[in-house]
Amino acid sequence: MVIPTFIGVTLLTFSLIRLIPGDPVELMAGERGVDPVRHAELLAQMGLDKPLLVQYWNYLTGIFQGDLGTSIVTREPVIREFFTLFPATLELSLCAIIIAVAIGLPAGIIAAVRRGKLTDYTVMGLSLTGYSMPIFWWGLLLILLFSVGLGWTPVSGRISAMFWVDEVTGFMVIDAFLSGEPGALTSALSHLILPSIVLATIPLAVIARMTRSSMLEVLREDYVQVARAKGLSMPLVVCIHALRNALIPVITVIGLQVGVLMAGAILTETIFSWPGVGKWMLDSIYRRDYPSVQGGILLIACLVIIVNLTVDILYGVVNPRIRHNR
Amino acid sequence: MNSQAQIAVVDELAPPGPFREFWNYFCGNRGALIGFGVIVVVLLAALFANFLTPHSPYEQYRDYILTPPAWQDGGLWRFPLGTDEVGRDVLTRLIYGGRLSLFIGMMVVTLSLMLGTLIGLVSGYARGITDTLIMRAMDIIMALPSLLLALAIVTILGPGLINASIAIAVTYLPHYVRITRASVIGETSKDYVIASKVSGAGVFRLIFITILPNCMAPLIVQASLGFSNAILDAAALGFIGLGAQPPSPEWGSMLANALEFIQRAWWVVTFPGLMILVTVLAFNLMGDGLRDALDPKMKL
Repeated sequence: MVIPTFIGVTLLTFSLIRLIPGDPVELMAGERGVDPVRHAELLAQMGLDKPLLVQYWNYLTGIFQGDLGTSIVTREPVIREFFTLFPATLELSLCAIIIAVAIGLPAGIIAAVRRGKLTDYTVMGLSLTGYSMPIFWWGLLLILLFSVGLGWTPVSGRISAMFWVDEVTGFMVIDAFLSGEPGALTSALSHLILPSIVLATIPLAVIARMTRSSMLEVLREDYVQVARAKGLSMPLVVCIHALRNALIPVITVIGLQVGVLMAGAILTETIFSWPGVGKWMLDSIYRRDYPSVQGGILLIACLVIIVNLTVDILYGVVNPRIRHNR
Repeated sequence: MNSQAQIAVVDELAPPGPFREFWNYFCGNRGALIGFGVIVVVLLAALFANFLTPHSPYEQYRDYILTPPAWQDGGLWRFPLGTDEVGRDVLTRLIYGGRLSLFIGMMVVTLSLMLGTLIGLVSGYARGITDTLIMRAMDIIMALPSLLLALAIVTILGPGLINASIAIAVTYLPHYVRITRASVIGETSKDYVIASKVSGAGVFRLIFITILPNCMAPLIVQASLGFSNAILDAAALGFIGLGAQPPSPEWGSMLANALEFIQRAWWVVTFPGLMILVTVLAFNLMGDGLRDALDPKMKL
């Protein structure tokens, strides 16, 4: 199940990039043009003169040796470039998903419990708005308000240029904390907060909606009614009896947000000049840096596949009913 | 006369027709009605843009560059929402932008709905190796974040409105394929399909006339929600510079052009985004309403 998908993705990334008009040598040469002999030489050097099937085979064997090619622009191995930038995206995504879960879950639960009341309508209205939000605009609005208007947060980057923080974990917030420099942590956090909020918006809305509907379903169950009839208070029933079962579909939805986060990262990182893989992908597309685009798509797809697999496995752990069925 | 009165009474008691029933449900949902209203307004404005505004979306009033909205100091009622960095009327461009966004939505939904339904029907009806291959292909598309895949496709096809629509349509294909396939599989084993088969209906008749109409409800719901996603993604592509190209008044690319003026002219940044949000929200509200009305099973 996972392996055919993986092979399919490699086929896709391989062919996608070959279909783009113009070849890398021409692109590197730019306006100046290139002497045909030198052109052929360079193509041969990159292995681009071989038959497609051979090129694909080389590509595939390369992948399994951790070789995703070399960036045409920076001449760095793609895999190294990706993983130098990846912690930044991971930090941003983790922070976003934490915000989304921390706000989305309680909001969904409250909306379900107060179904049909003003709270419910407010939460649902807000979450539908969040779900419909063009996040690139949302980011701009937040910058306009908090960075330009109030001057509370910086506009771009991961940390103020005043600080030089040694890279230990790749997570700027943790590194800044470890560096012990006064103000570094605050600076890192203030850089992180706006992009995280922007990236969290859509997952938050989805999680809130899903939690509410799943909670409503569970609250209708007999065992919840029994618990209520025994005289337990509503908050107790919700937190102890209902939540565990209501969370099952929510976990899947949280897992599915990885794809959303990655897509959102492209936009968010671009707006906030966040040096992560999303911005790098987009820059590579602009520069027509084939191997980087190819490698980036492949790695992101693998990430999504792995997370989805993990969610499937986790699903069996949290929901014993599924295990018994097998 | 007596018999006429009787007929009238019977009519009132008769169950409402399917459309009537749908309409009653739909009207009971205030959000859906508001969404529907907004869409109608945007649609009418887009259709009659030529009559609504005296300006052209491309005309540059060089003497009125970055004029603020009318209610602010320095604003002119000639340009109710102000002008942009080359003196084009923002309101006019927003109205014309509605055309593009609705066009994209329409195109993406039509493309992905038609192709997706077709593939789903084939997959669900044929089963076996065809089904496996198709579903694997869909899994691959699903494994990639939609914007990323759209970006990749646009890179191949080249930037532009039509290419962006095609790219977005491809990314939403799996939803329609999966929905259709699931309903086809569910329906194929039912008695009425078997009866039709036994009485000699051919494959095409079976698929398109017997089975397809019974799979429509979830597809319609998905299509109306797909509209909002298409508009959102197209705006994102426009914003990145890979969708609609600059002079065209597409909301996303308007935002991208306005970026440099974010500190000086809030209106060039605020209004296009607001239009995207309102339109997408309207489609989502309507989609939710449609789902509740058409498909009570999916009701949350």
